[in-house]
Amino acid sequence: MKKSKADPKGVLTGSHFMDGDHAIAEGGLAAGCRFFAGYPITPSTETAERFASRIPMIGGMFIQMEDELGSIAAMIGASWGGKKVMTVTSGPGFSLMMENIGLAAMMETPVVIANVQRGGPSTGLPTLTGQQDMMQARFGSHGDYRIIALSPDSPQECFDLTIEAFNLSEIYRVPVFVMTDECVGHMHEKVVIPPAEEIELVERKWYTGPIDKYLPYKNDKDGIPFMVKAGDGYLFHTTGLTHDERGYPVINAETQKINVKHLIDKIDNNAEKIIKIEEKETDGAEVLVISYGITSRVAYKAVQDAKQGGIKVGTLRLITVWPFPEKRIKELAKKVKSIVVPEINAGQVVLEVERVTAGKCRVVSVPHYGGWVHDPDDILKAIKEAV
Amino acid sequence: MIKAATKTKPEPKNPMEGILRMDRIPHIWCPGCGIGTVVTSFAEALKKNKEDLDKVAIVSGIGCTGRVAGYVKLDSFHTTHGRAVPFATGLKLAKPDMKVVVFSGDGDISGIGGNHLIHAARRNMDLIIICVNNFNYAMTGGQVAATTPLTANASTAPFGNYEYAFNLPYLAEASGATYVARWTSLHFRRTTKSMQEALKKRGLSFIEVIAPCVTLYARRNRLGDGLNLLKYYYDQSEIQHGADTRGLDISYQGKLVVGKFVDKEKPTFLDAMNQHLSGVLGDKYVPYGAIK
Amino acid sequence: MPYFGNLKPIIGEIHINKDRCKGCAFCVEYCPRDVLELSDEFNIKGYHPPFVKKPEECCYCQLCETICPEFAIFVTVKEEEEEGEKVESRS
Repeated sequence: MKKSKADPKGVLTGSHFMDGDHAIAEGGLAAGCRFFAGYPITPSTETAERFASRIPMIGGMFIQMEDELGSIAAMIGASWGGKKVMTVTSGPGFSLMMENIGLAAMMETPVVIANVQRGGPSTGLPTLTGQQDMMQARFGSHGDYRIIALSPDSPQECFDLTIEAFNLSEIYRVPVFVMTDECVGHMHEKVVIPPAEEIELVERKWYTGPIDKYLPYKNDKDGIPFMVKAGDGYLFHTTGLTHDERGYPVINAETQKINVKHLIDKIDNNAEKIIKIEEKETDGAEVLVISYGITSRVAYKAVQDAKQGGIKVGTLRLITVWPFPEKRIKELAKKVKSIVVPEINAGQVVLEVERVTAGKCRVVSVPHYGGWVHDPDDILKAIKEAV
Repeated sequence: MIKAATKTKPEPKNPMEGILRMDRIPHIWCPGCGIGTVVTSFAEALKKNKEDLDKVAIVSGIGCTGRVAGYVKLDSFHTTHGRAVPFATGLKLAKPDMKVVVFSGDGDISGIGGNHLIHAARRNMDLIIICVNNFNYAMTGGQVAATTPLTANASTAPFGNYEYAFNLPYLAEASGATYVARWTSLHFRRTTKSMQEALKKRGLSFIEVIAPCVTLYARRNRLGDGLNLLKYYYDQSEIQHGADTRGLDISYQGKLVVGKFVDKEKPTFLDAMNQHLSGVLGDKYVPYGAIK
Repeated sequence: MPYFGNLKPIIGEIHINKDRCKGCAFCVEYCPRDVLELSDEFNIKGYHPPFVKKPEECCYCQLCETICPEFAIFVTVKEEEEEGEKVESRS
């Protein structure tokens, strides 16, 4: 993996007061993204607008495509042209992009997609918050594959995690989602953008060997194949069909097993390196509150109230939602009495928690159907009942 | 082979072997299918233009014609159904120095991909779209497509097609394409010439090539085999360069007007972007294409 | 007449990949000199590939080469012992 420093032209160093959407755009620019193909959708449009107004001065491409299907297809094409690419969307657009997200996963193309979630399903609540696409990020496209999804809880994290998303997608050649929501997306807060020299970036593994020996999908020692871009004389072929090391389609069960297992192992075997969580006071806790995104900030109030009431509460904030931090949660499940999972959906990540804990402790879901954040008292009530 | 000379020469190779991925030949197309002929026309065009093969990329969608990307030895991409045109758009915008060719079928480009076709033409993206029209969705078994002529039989129109078909050159021209031509696979030398012109031209070039589909379209409509379909092209095609695209509808086994219909100049998407933004932003604008 | 003294018509040498052929007969039908004909033999896939019936009639137009959908036939210039006027490929 080649490490590189950010291009100062794209880094708006300084202390800013901006919302999450804008921070995502700035994060992308700081990470070296110079290609954005998108489609306007509330509440994510501000990211596209900011990118469109910033990129002509930096040097890059912004194109508003005719729909989200075209956006994701153009992004994959541009990624094979060697560029770092991103787009931003919300629920309905996310659904439209799903087929080609599968293509990006199959072709092992680095792309970054930010989903500023809103109330669903269907057109739902365009202007109000939700966290209802978490399972869709994991299972949205057909077939078996793995992706990475990050969940920022503030505009500052929107900036930081977008850069992290780019680095992860370049290392693992996989679509990476920044799963934020309308609340964080439209919330104005202080965002500190460091100088370019302090931003660490990773480039994809470019192949540098002899042209006639290049195999597009031959795994390197770390389990990830080398990548090339069009126009460098490799005359390679890549396809969405099940393929072998040469990138040629091979339609049989043996190749399918190798191909699909590779897509799965690429992320599962490296899960420990990818996963980021934030734990607070989990030692000796009776109740553990697992949350992510904006809900973690609302849960903070409930947790403070519970601690004042004498309950030993620990928190685990999922910064990486997929791959799911199974190992740590399994360990904690043995030590705590119960786990409370508040989320702005009818219960999605809680299903993973239930699966992983496998009955070792009680799991309490605190769903919220969308449109607003939780009332901290609802979470407090759940914590009290969980003891 | 009659050889009177005393020296022994190496067995000559088919000139197509240089541009084909020979480890994947023989291909999967049916006997009498016209796609192979169109691929040869394309290879001839590349040869005659002396194109730098490192700088030509080919993008295909799904379908019989969509398999072309897998057989041609260029940077080739086999993408999802209908999304070859936006994929090619992204690739072209990321690598403006390359020539990007979309080589796909009528169902892929004008059916599911119809929206992307008209927008790429509207933007005058610098792409070459080669649309092989065999009047049905062949790969999945011969279903009715947006280009199936009225009254023709197809597997999902078993009693005859009652939908009107697209007039593809008209659609392309109306959307803004700057080079529009239609040929049949029988007019292979003229197809090569059109492809040569399109490769040299900047802007959205749309070339429709009508090709026989023996196993499905011809069989379901009892039109015979490849030779019968080629005879139909021979008898019914009429070359009318510059014809008004409005009159180019194809009725069932009806007249086929072929030729080069549109060849005009218009700023491409990148030209228009660079021109406009440097006019508005002056020195602050970083022209695209200058920075890789 | 001395101007035409050294000119010779090119004769093409046809190479057929019998096993790749699918017997569509496009080459047979569209050869302007009727040089090819479908043979009675079967190739490994069961099709009848063409054979060169009139080799001296082939004028190197390369039409069969271009129309073949299987990339199974191509033409090269037949080498002659005597020197002839050089003419380039017509395709």
